Amino acid sequence: MLTTAIKPNTYQDSVSLMLLSQQLSALPGVNKVSVMMGTPANKDILRATGFDSPELASAQPGDLVLGVDVEDGTDVAYVVTQAEEALKNQASRSASSGLRTARSLARALKIAPSANLALVSIPGQYVADEVAGLLDRDLNVMIFSDNVSIEDELQLKRTAHERGLLLMGPDCGTASIHGVPLAFANAVSGGNIGIVGASGTGVQEVMAQIDQLGGGVSNAIGLGGRDLGADIGGIMCLQALATLENDPTTSTIVIISKPPAPAVRKRVESYAQRLTKPVVAVFLGEKPDVATNGNLVYAYTLADAAARAVELAGRGRPAFGPTQRWIKALYTGGTLANEAAMLIRDQLGVIDSDPAHAQGYVLRSGGHEIIDLGDDAYTQGRPHPMIDPTARAERLPAVFDDEGTAVVLLDIVIGFGAADDPAGALVPAIEEGLERAAQAGRQVVVVASVCGTSRDFQGYADQVAKLRDAHVTVLPNNAAAVRHALALLATSSRPSTAGETEPTPPRIAQLLEDGPTVLNIGLRSFAETLATAGVATVQYDWAPVAGGDSRLAGLLRALDNA
Amino acid sequence: MDDSINAANEAITELMSSGQPVLVDVVRARDVIDVLAGDSKVLLHAGPPITFDEMTPPMQGSCIGAVLFEGWAQNEQEARQLLAHDVTFTPCHHHGAVGPMGGITSPNMAVIVVENRLRGNRAYCTMNEGIGKVLRFGAYDASVIARLEWMRDILGPSLAQAVRLTPDGYALTPLIARAITMGDEFHQRNIAASALFAKDMGPLLARTDIDRSVVADVLQFLADTDQFFLNLAMAACKSIMDAARTIEEGSIVTAMTRNGKDFAIRVSGLGDEWFTAPVNTPKGLYFTGYSQDEACPDMGDSSITETFGLGGMSMIAAPGVTRFVGAGGFSDALATSDEMDEIVVGHNANLSIPTWDFQGAPLGIDIRKVVATSITPIINTGIASLEPGVGQIGAGTVRAPLACFVKALEALAVKYGVTSTDD
Repeated sequence: MLTTAIKPNTYQDSVSLMLLSQQLSALPGVNKVSVMMGTPANKDILRATGFDSPELASAQPGDLVLGVDVEDGTDVAYVVTQAEEALKNQASRSASSGLRTARSLARALKIAPSANLALVSIPGQYVADEVAGLLDRDLNVMIFSDNVSIEDELQLKRTAHERGLLLMGPDCGTASIHGVPLAFANAVSGGNIGIVGASGTGVQEVMAQIDQLGGGVSNAIGLGGRDLGADIGGIMCLQALATLENDPTTSTIVIISKPPAPAVRKRVESYAQRLTKPVVAVFLGEKPDVATNGNLVYAYTLADAAARAVELAGRGRPAFGPTQRWIKALYTGGTLANEAAMLIRDQLGVIDSDPAHAQGYVLRSGGHEIIDLGDDAYTQGRPHPMIDPTARAERLPAVFDDEGTAVVLLDIVIGFGAADDPAGALVPAIEEGLERAAQAGRQVVVVASVCGTSRDFQGYADQVAKLRDAHVTVLPNNAAAVRHALALLATSSRPSTAGETEPTPPRIAQLLEDGPTVLNIGLRSFAETLATAGVATVQYDWAPVAGGDSRLAGLLRALDNA
Repeated sequence: MDDSINAANEAITELMSSGQPVLVDVVRARDVIDVLAGDSKVLLHAGPPITFDEMTPPMQGSCIGAVLFEGWAQNEQEARQLLAHDVTFTPCHHHGAVGPMGGITSPNMAVIVVENRLRGNRAYCTMNEGIGKVLRFGAYDASVIARLEWMRDILGPSLAQAVRLTPDGYALTPLIARAITMGDEFHQRNIAASALFAKDMGPLLARTDIDRSVVADVLQFLADTDQFFLNLAMAACKSIMDAARTIEEGSIVTAMTRNGKDFAIRVSGLGDEWFTAPVNTPKGLYFTGYSQDEACPDMGDSSITETFGLGGMSMIAAPGVTRFVGAGGFSDALATSDEMDEIVVGHNANLSIPTWDFQGAPLGIDIRKVVATSITPIINTGIASLEPGVGQIGAGTVRAPLACFVKALEALAVKYGVTSTDD
């Protein structure tokens, strides 16, 4: 059935009306619809396409004409209503992600002149040429692509090193710079652990574990799987270590790699020994002979490495005074106290000077003191300190006032039977103690762990939060807290080598300090993820020169360079 | 980069951006185009050289209309006979002219005369006939012929008189610069420029001694013809590109045109030679009742506007017509011009586009960039029905085929004596 509907004095441009005609023609029960302004020329077209009618003849140029051909039973008014609705809702269908796109490097850099990192995911055969051009333009580069020859990798890394640029990869799947995850990466807490990794999922696992243990990551610099091999010789590993050594947001460094070539291993380890920041090394595939070697801590598994790193990572390098050499531990749990004593004895090789353990001392060596306040000596006529926290709170001021105290080590035991708020009961004494020590010119560090779960009625997270608010460093378990305390003393006693490391080249320093402005070359999804996260990103939809025709590419080069 | 190529390209784009096209006259084609002045039967056509039997049906229809208009034959059958044997065909481009769609131009058709004051060279183009049944889309019935006669006898002479009242011709660059800020890209959309032109012609026509009713008809025609300025823009671009062509070095595209069979380009360093590849068929939106299957392959000299950096190259200037390229609206228009920016050597500071952050229109298509990126110029175009006489059935865009740029690059390498190291 053919009908002509006229909407007088309703102007729409012809593009809108052509789109509308398509849309309405696709409605169920509709044969075809043609919507046009009633100009003489348009009326000719309507007649020629089967919409002639007496109403059409009377339409004026300013009238909207709907030629409607519907199947029997379809209400023409329905089609007209649909048309009116569609004209009201003409806004573009998709909101743009705001991701600007270029098809050449020159244009991409015109859009984002402040780009400081290129993320490259293009076929391996084209990587060497493309990345050489990026290094020429002083861009740090992360190469996600694989299938790049070792000769090309060496050449690119040498060039990058000479120009003072980071070259992560090839085959670098994961990195995180200034809290910005690149390529495959997890959303983890920011923090002070820097990672140097020759393995994508290795870096991901360590980052994720650090996050789960309550730690955080400053920067994760990827190397690609071959950097620590004999051919490349650890060029970027050494650059990354130097960069993290100078990075003020990093206090502990983790190296993740397959076992390096022997000569490279020697070079990297001796370099790591000279750093002021502790280094955890996990060389997956070999079982470490020793747990520590000077500044290096070895881990067997990725989770171990994460745990060691969280234990080592303090709030920067503690400024202990000359008298502050000792750990003072006040425990409420006996076995926890004994575990602490065991770890301290092992690590420091000290001999217990008070094997009788009178007055609840489970360790007394030099100035190190570990006291179990649950010992019989303290519970006569008083409740156990897990039930009544005031006993420990009363002893804290003396510990803070002791000039020998560097670290105060505590356990917080929650759960059934324990006090309603053991952490809260200690907070006033901790805050006052820290304040008094500070006034006396001493920076004391309080380290604790909470023994309990999220199901406990005191609330694990709540107890941790109260302690952290009082500037207590909370580790995930007692052993970690003890190792952290030991690390603080070790770091503090290491002679500072600040100024001995080469300064970080300006383009790398700027990348870490300001965060990445990313030029993404290749896989669009990487750029979309970054743009969605609010990272300044430009997408370069890369294609091989002349569509991959190497002869034409050669002609173009010849014409450019003749 | 090779200094001589880049230096030449810079000189060419300088000539392009400083071109001064001025409308100086409207005359019969035979008065200004030598090849049409003689007694032999000659028709100009769009695109690179082509024979009558190779032409698309609409272009053949245009030829029939031209033969009937010239009175060389009395009916279609006679006209076809004549066209197959006794008419010489030659491209508009070989005679300083350009023509829309079929581009068929015969000796007595009215043409506008545009002079590029920068070099003093002239370019010619027929006038826009409006829409519906028109010669350029292959229609040739009595109404088409009657309109061509009116344009020859009334419209042309009237506008010529009006233009003669201007002290030094009617300058087109200022008008183009104004209209590009009003949403025209000068291929798909010319409504602002056409309105500005009509606004200026009104008082001039009123000052002539032409009969009031004739003035009224002329002004009515200008008022009704939204695309009137397209042909002026084409002649302006042709005059600018021909001036630029005097520098016979470099890698800048100096003409792009289509004849329904081949797409052809000229390149600055390669003189008058055409580099061709089979045309693509436009894609776009169709009037209800028509479809892509009925679309005529790409034709017309109107892509001279893209050669100069207008039309599809400056899509971002004309948000009103961007939905011909897709449903994405403004962001698609931006993406289109951003993409075209990859294959040009600069921007035309005299044609600043507000919606592009006042960046100038893309300037100087470099075939090296086209081949390197595989991005070919995008051309905004009307879509003709394959069936002659039906006329326009839609509008959309079409890509220049890459192959003609590759051929030109090979020739350029020979000219500059370079070979590929990857042979």
